[in-house]
Amino acid sequence: MAFKSYVLVCGGTACQSSKSDEIYKNFITELEAAGIKEDVQVVKTGCFGFCEKGPIVKVLPDESFYVEVNPTDAKEIVAEHLVKGRQVKRLLYQGEETKKHAKVEDIAFYQKQFRIVLRNCGVINPEDINEYIARDGYAALEKVLFEMTPDQVINELKISGLRGRGGAGFPTWLKWNFTKQVNDSPKYIVCNADEGDPGAYMDRSTIEGDPHSILEAMIIAGKTIGSNKGYIYIRAEYPLAIHRLDIAIKQAKELGLLGKDILGSGFDFDIELRLGAGAFVCGEETALLASIEGERGMPKPRPPFPAVKGLWQKPTVINNVETWANIPVIILRGGAWFANIGTEKSKGTKVFALTGKIRNSGLVEVPMGTTLREIIYDIGGGIINGKKFKAVQTGGPSGGVITAEYLDTPIDYENLQKLGSIMGSGGMIVMDEDDCMVDIAKFYLGFTVDESCGKCAPCRVGGRQLLNYLDKISKGKATRDDITKMRQIGNAMKRASLCGLGQTAPNPVLSTLTYFEKEYLAHIDDRTCPAGKCKDLITYSILPEKCIGCGLCARRCPVNCITGEKRQPHVIDRSACIKCGECYSVCKFGAVVRK
Amino acid sequence: MAKMTLEELKKLRESKKRELEKREITGKDIEIIVGMATCGIAAGAKQTLSAFLNELEAQNLSNVLVRQTGCMGYCYAEPTVEIRMPGMPDIIYGKVDPETAVKIVRKHILGKVLINDHILDKPAADIMKK
Ligand SMILES: Cc1cc2nc3c(=O)[nH]c(=O)nc-3n(C[C@H](O)[C@H](O)[C@H](O)COP(=O)(O)O)c2cc1C
Ligand code: SF4
Ligand code: SF4
Ligand code: SF4
Ligand code: FES
Repeated sequence: MAFKSYVLVCGGTACQSSKSDEIYKNFITELEAAGIKEDVQVVKTGCFGFCEKGPIVKVLPDESFYVEVNPTDAKEIVAEHLVKGRQVKRLLYQGEETKKHAKVEDIAFYQKQFRIVLRNCGVINPEDINEYIARDGYAALEKVLFEMTPDQVINELKISGLRGRGGAGFPTWLKWNFTKQVNDSPKYIVCNADEGDPGAYMDRSTIEGDPHSILEAMIIAGKTIGSNKGYIYIRAEYPLAIHRLDIAIKQAKELGLLGKDILGSGFDFDIELRLGAGAFVCGEETALLASIEGERGMPKPRPPFPAVKGLWQKPTVINNVETWANIPVIILRGGAWFANIGTEKSKGTKVFALTGKIRNSGLVEVPMGTTLREIIYDIGGGIINGKKFKAVQTGGPSGGVITAEYLDTPIDYENLQKLGSIMGSGGMIVMDEDDCMVDIAKFYLGFTVDESCGKCAPCRVGGRQLLNYLDKISKGKATRDDITKMRQIGNAMKRASLCGLGQTAPNPVLSTLTYFEKEYLAHIDDRTCPAGKCKDLITYSILPEKCIGCGLCARRCPVNCITGEKRQPHVIDRSACIKCGECYSVCKFGAVVRK
Repeated sequence: MAKMTLEELKKLRESKKRELEKREITGKDIEIIVGMATCGIAAGAKQTLSAFLNELEAQNLSNVLVRQTGCMGYCYAEPTVEIRMPGMPDIIYGKVDPETAVKIVRKHILGKVLINDHILDKPAADIMKK
């Protein structure tokens, strides 16, 4: 006995609070009443990532997606859809929002995600080249080797509008074209897989899930610009990604897709891995190239750009992992297909690593032009524990925060920059009311100060000074004057630093200052931390009228500074308290207060 | 395998494609696909994988193919597992610990019923199928 259809009722928290339990029960009763209980199974599922339109019900195998379903609708869905086979149109999701920015007809009608870069992630076995080949793998390479001229390849890239995904958003075709036109040899192809931003793991996952897409793209670039040698620079902390690349390179060599005379075309290409020691600055292209050459990973002034004088002073194309992963699809489907997705100036999709106070953390790939609200609420399922959204950080230590009033901004390179953040490589950290903006700025700046290579003074000295000011603020020892000075230092660093690290390091500070000046001032004027994060500005105490003397806090306090008789109000010895917050979180009677 | 020419690569692709399709049509094979990226492994995907292998052996199921793949994108619900089998829709399960793995073999594969509270929706339509 097998079921003919399945009714999936969302059992995620958001849908549950809007009655998915009742819907589930009603389906069972209605199926029984209709006499088809044996044919249809009703199941509860995890969150569909579409809580805004919940409760969600999906019917399989025909994939009908019903939204905002009421418990009373179960009857109609059973009678119409499951008995007569006619969908209940009134409840079907209409994908208007998706169509606005992505005109591609074949986007499934309700799904917000569209996977080009992650097309094979979670689908193929990354350790088996045959599975990649079965999904049109290396078909783009065939085209480039046997059917297209290098200029045609560059022209397809130009039409596609693809821009670099490593942060700066430079048009990929232009970079390739520069390198192609330089009259010098040898030339080199480099894949930047250094990915060092805190909270980012898009490139790691892409390589782990689909290593051949990177290899194929690099061979295509080699043929296009006239290079026979590629390097993948990857951080040593990514052992699984390295392992999968090793296997992929070996398998490609065995099949003659790498090495001499690829597929009998007469074209030779080889790829080598270079492991990085994990310094953030080595992700910067000139530092990365120096590191491949075996020198210290320190940035150099540009120009000359790597396209002209790169690896060993030779013309070099360097692109980010995600940029590479787009290339085979663009060649296969054509630049025009790709240019159909996204916004006017930002084409295609972007992968984000969604983390922080978000319900469904994970990797998402959405068309450019999707709004932050869609990513955070529709895909991410909103904020955990029903707390209030405060801000989202994009662009990692080079980026800034974006506040609630800008949630409806369509994401592209220009829009994020206008808001004082950047697209960056795709880390997206969601923050709620418990996150302190001074603390966040301190975290990111602390990271860049640690990672600064020290070559130029604006970054080395300026960063340290900025961090000292932040420290003062978090301790309640700063004055309003300090904020003016911080802005000055930040702007000077932006202008005078040698490389992108120092130029962008003040961004987290300047952007939180712009959007959350009040919160900074609360630390300065009132010596309080509204989010309750900055330890020097908070104290814990017990309200005697609320405390029932259960003693739980005293047992949990790591430094035993809470005392009191059984069933009598307890007290905290403030001089010994280390402000761990344990008592605050364990007291069930709201007797512990944080001020 | 030896180095290929263009024709051989085309042939290989066609035959692999057919292999994939045949699996779906004749319906002999059942596939268990386990997400084995860094996030999945950190969440215990290796234990889940071996729980599947042990249970398949215990149930004497030999027509089941256990495969690994990369990250499906549900990092909050790792380990994730996709089950494809004839007569049932393709289903992705999340938070599959060894205990749930056993349940999947007994209920989903043998009993042909879906398992409550672990099903996840597919992240996106497949652009390669079109
Ligand atoms: C401090 C710093 C760190 C960087 N880290 C990375 C990185 O981890 N990965 C990356 O692809 N690009 C990184 N970049 C950007 C690279 O310099 C370069 O722009 C990029 O690799 C070019 O590739 P694309 O055109 O495909 O984006 C970094 C830049 C700076 C200034
Ligand atoms: S800006 Fe910072 S990281 Fe870049 S070269 Fe100067 S000191 Fe080094
Ligand atoms: S846990 Fe709360 S109620 Fe119990 S002793 Fe501590 S403060 Fe009082
Ligand atoms: S905050 Fe921590 S250290 Fe201070 S009283 Fe409470 S439990 Fe003890
Ligand atoms: S809880 Fe149902 S869609 Fe998120």
